[in-house]
Amino acid sequence: MIAQNIGFWIIAATMVVAALRVVTTNNVVHAALWLVVVLAGAAGQYILLAAEFVAVTQVLVYIGAVMVLFLFGTMLTRARIGSDSDLNNSYKKLGIPVATVMLAAMALALIRSFGDEKMPVSDNIVSTQQVSDQIFGPYLLPFWALSFVLLAAVIGAIVLARKD
Amino acid sequence: MFVNQFLFLAAVLFCIGVYGVIARKNAVLMLMSIELILNSVNINLLAFAMRNGSTDGHTFALYIIAVAAAEVGVGLGLVLLVYRNKKTISVDELSEMRG
Amino acid sequence: MRIFAAESEILAPLATGWFLENAWLIPVVPAIAFALIILIGKRLPMKGSELGVLSMAISLVLSAGTAYQWVQRVNGASEEQFVSPVVRSWSWWQSGGFDFGIGQHIDGLSVVVLFVVAFISTLVQVYSLEYLRGDRRYTHFFAALTLFSGGMLAMVLADNMILFLLGWEIMGLCSFMLIGHWWEEDANSRAALKAFFTVRTGDMGLLVGISMLYFAANDWTQANLGLSGFSIRGISAWALSGEPNSSVITIAAVALFIASIGKSGQFPLHTWLPDAMAGPTPVSSLLHSSTMVVAGVFLVARLYPVFFVGLDILGSGGNLIVIIGGITIVISAALAFVQNDIKRVLAYSTVSQLGYMMLGLGAGAWLPAVFHIFTHAFFKACLFLGAGSISHSASHHSFDMKKDMGGLRKVMPITFATWIVSTLALCGVFPFSGFFSKDEIIDNVGYNGYNTFMVVGLIGAFMTAAYMTRATYLTFFGEPRGASAGHAAHDSHSAHDSNTAHDSHSAHDSHDTHSAHDPHATPHESGLLITVPLMILSVLALSSGFLNATPFGESWERMKLWVEPRASVVFEESKSGGPGESLNLVAGVVSAEDSHSKSVCGSATPEEGVCYAPQLNHAPFKWSKAIMSMLIVFAGGAISWILSMLVFTKRDPRVAGLTSRIRLLGLGHSFLVNKYYLDHFYEKVVVRSVAYPISRAAYWFNQNILDGVLHGAARVTTKLSDWVYKNVDQRVVDNTVNNSAVLTKSVGTAAQPTQSGRVSQYGALLFSATAIAALVLVIVNT
Repeated sequence: MIAQNIGFWIIAATMVVAALRVVTTNNVVHAALWLVVVLAGAAGQYILLAAEFVAVTQVLVYIGAVMVLFLFGTMLTRARIGSDSDLNNSYKKLGIPVATVMLAAMALALIRSFGDEKMPVSDNIVSTQQVSDQIFGPYLLPFWALSFVLLAAVIGAIVLARKD
Repeated sequence: MFVNQFLFLAAVLFCIGVYGVIARKNAVLMLMSIELILNSVNINLLAFAMRNGSTDGHTFALYIIAVAAAEVGVGLGLVLLVYRNKKTISVDELSEMRG
Repeated sequence: MRIFAAESEILAPLATGWFLENAWLIPVVPAIAFALIILIGKRLPMKGSELGVLSMAISLVLSAGTAYQWVQRVNGASEEQFVSPVVRSWSWWQSGGFDFGIGQHIDGLSVVVLFVVAFISTLVQVYSLEYLRGDRRYTHFFAALTLFSGGMLAMVLADNMILFLLGWEIMGLCSFMLIGHWWEEDANSRAALKAFFTVRTGDMGLLVGISMLYFAANDWTQANLGLSGFSIRGISAWALSGEPNSSVITIAAVALFIASIGKSGQFPLHTWLPDAMAGPTPVSSLLHSSTMVVAGVFLVARLYPVFFVGLDILGSGGNLIVIIGGITIVISAALAFVQNDIKRVLAYSTVSQLGYMMLGLGAGAWLPAVFHIFTHAFFKACLFLGAGSISHSASHHSFDMKKDMGGLRKVMPITFATWIVSTLALCGVFPFSGFFSKDEIIDNVGYNGYNTFMVVGLIGAFMTAAYMTRATYLTFFGEPRGASAGHAAHDSHSAHDSNTAHDSHSAHDSHDTHSAHDPHATPHESGLLITVPLMILSVLALSSGFLNATPFGESWERMKLWVEPRASVVFEESKSGGPGESLNLVAGVVSAEDSHSKSVCGSATPEEGVCYAPQLNHAPFKWSKAIMSMLIVFAGGAISWILSMLVFTKRDPRVAGLTSRIRLLGLGHSFLVNKYYLDHFYEKVVVRSVAYPISRAAYWFNQNILDGVLHGAARVTTKLSDWVYKNVDQRVVDNTVNNSAVLTKSVGTAAQPTQSGRVSQYGALLFSATAIAALVLVIVNT
């Protein structure tokens, strides 16, 4: 238990810091890299939450594909290498209070609702089998819809990025 | 482990993502902030899945990952197109829809 | 119906007949004819006059039939039995407790006057066929004449005072229309208005009298007889029942008599009658000599119980009616002396004779007065028609005796003969009809104790003979003057000629109907349509007196038998049979020791039953009195003849021009010529002082107060609307509208920045809103 807790807190802190660096850094590539850290941390959290399959999927898809996409996009749009001062807009000042208020609201809600509730202690990790049963069982239809979404996305991306 | 710690983590990430959406001018960075938001939602889902002892959350989280990937793909395609036409991807300058 | 058999009399059921039951047709036929003449008269071959004559002939036949059946009815009744009138009534209109009915009341008086009116109307209509030939308003003349006859006939047989009033007013209207027949001349229309308004002044009395009688009598008549307070029978019975309050009945009698004064031309409202001669001569002979003007006398005779009790006719030595009658006799006879217009002489003579009738009624001589209505109608109508004949054929439409007449006896023999017969009748010479009526009046006046008034009557007889002789001399004797001499004297047409037929005068030049009457032709006798009525009337003037020839004994007194209502007490349980059913009353007599006992009616309240007529006295005839009055008449005639010869023909210097030489006589003469300055008084003093200030005040009121209110209201409204416009409309309303537009625009302008087109801004807004909403939700759900 204690190991999990410590692990959680370390990963959580890392994630938060990295997230903050994502939204505040002046360097686009750095932001991407910090995002990688966040995503990795998220994967770690998933493992702590006994969701191994999801964690692995996260790493594979998000970090492997999405981040690469981001980097490609950055490259193709001739993002300035190195520090770029022109990355924040005028709403920066609005953003902080909004985020804070939102955080406060959510915190209030969370504390009220869950209070000191503890996670149930159980050793059974959710197996891939279980997940696939879910996917191809009750959630089959969303699965198929999702396949269409992906198909549409692929075609859309190709169409959009064509040079004609 | 408290339930709340996971949920708080997710909340914090969410709010940082929100800040990023509001504050960032670069379209790609905006997309990255959106990714942050999506990930916080995933954490939430999985925390609740563990709390409730069900695997629904896992399924849903997987779907979100898939959708996010698709979305980023299309989104970056759009960004590319915008860059081709306007030679910039600063969203501040995409204001033809002003009223 | 309870038949009360008294001790000695057997009461016979009274005979009735078709004419008696349907006498209501008599005024209806002329009324229908009037409507027809107005609607289609102009298109008929004789321009509507045939309808008029026909309708009057039908009425004449009906009234003759009615008279005949009435005579049968009276003959079939036993002596002293009250011959109840044939009454039929229908309810016309009911409202608020008042029941207005129409109906007929046929008794001896109605029958006499009905016959007179129908007869004279028929003759006058026939006369008018010739007299008014070519007139500009021929059709309307006959329409008005027919309507007049219908109205008077309705009045005569009315069974209640409302119908009576209706007929009275119709007569007044027709009189106005007929007097003003040639209203293009100003004098004619003024005369018509004067007639109308003078009679109207009297009519106030009629309305007051009818209302007073209604309210006073209604309770009694409803309780005892089942009749309303308008019913003539009811009022008569009520008056003699001892029930009425003496001052009420006196005031009612005086009020009704005021109406009679107006209508019958008594002093002081006689001024309209001479001026009414402005109308065509047939009108004068019908309305203003024999029929309409006797309506006032008829009123008194009809409601005699009211006057008998109210003015205490047999009890006092003088009452309002005899005084007025007496004054009228003398002053109008005096005025007749100074007239040059032949119709005016006859008009004043009519006034004087009406005075006789009033004198008779006022002194309790009911039957002689009614008989005088009968005989006077014939000879006066004859005299007027004779004057018309003269103007039509001899004097070139002039009525001026001094200027245009004279010596006409040679050229107009028939007119002359009828004139003489009628004049003798008027003067009351035996055996002409006037003797039997007028002398009876004078006789009975004296017999009932009014001795001074008997003397007045005799003086009047003297004066009548005198002025008629003067008029006769000027017209028929002496040398022909002016138009009678064949001179068409156009320049001699003075203001006089407002009385003449100016239309037929101008028609001379344009109409061929006057071809027989070349304006420059010599005087000649008139045609048959004119002379035949004259002859008929003169025969009647001679013979009608024998209907009630008192000198020859009781059996000759037909009129008294048939006409005079008997003063017997009547018992009845009156049940009014439904609408239109006639009531057959059977009368009883209280106690009759001898068959000529005096009834209590009029002198005391009957213990049981009702009285409809008061007991009156009849003077026994004495030849000595008759001879004395005839001597007076002859004296008057002879003196006047001699004076006329001296003044007009011989121009004797001792006599002629007397009035211009002796100042006193001159003053008296001008006093008479100016009609006692009464007209002057009425017009200049009474009318000016009353009417002008009132009209000025009314005008002031209208202009300043009524119009002032209107103008003031308009000004206030204008100011108010101005204020509203400036303040409410311009400032408030417009500003509201303008400002709402400005507001919308500014809101739009203010909200415009949110539509910047920048995604980050949209995102910012979105998330801020979400944050705030989340916060609110969380807090609210605490």
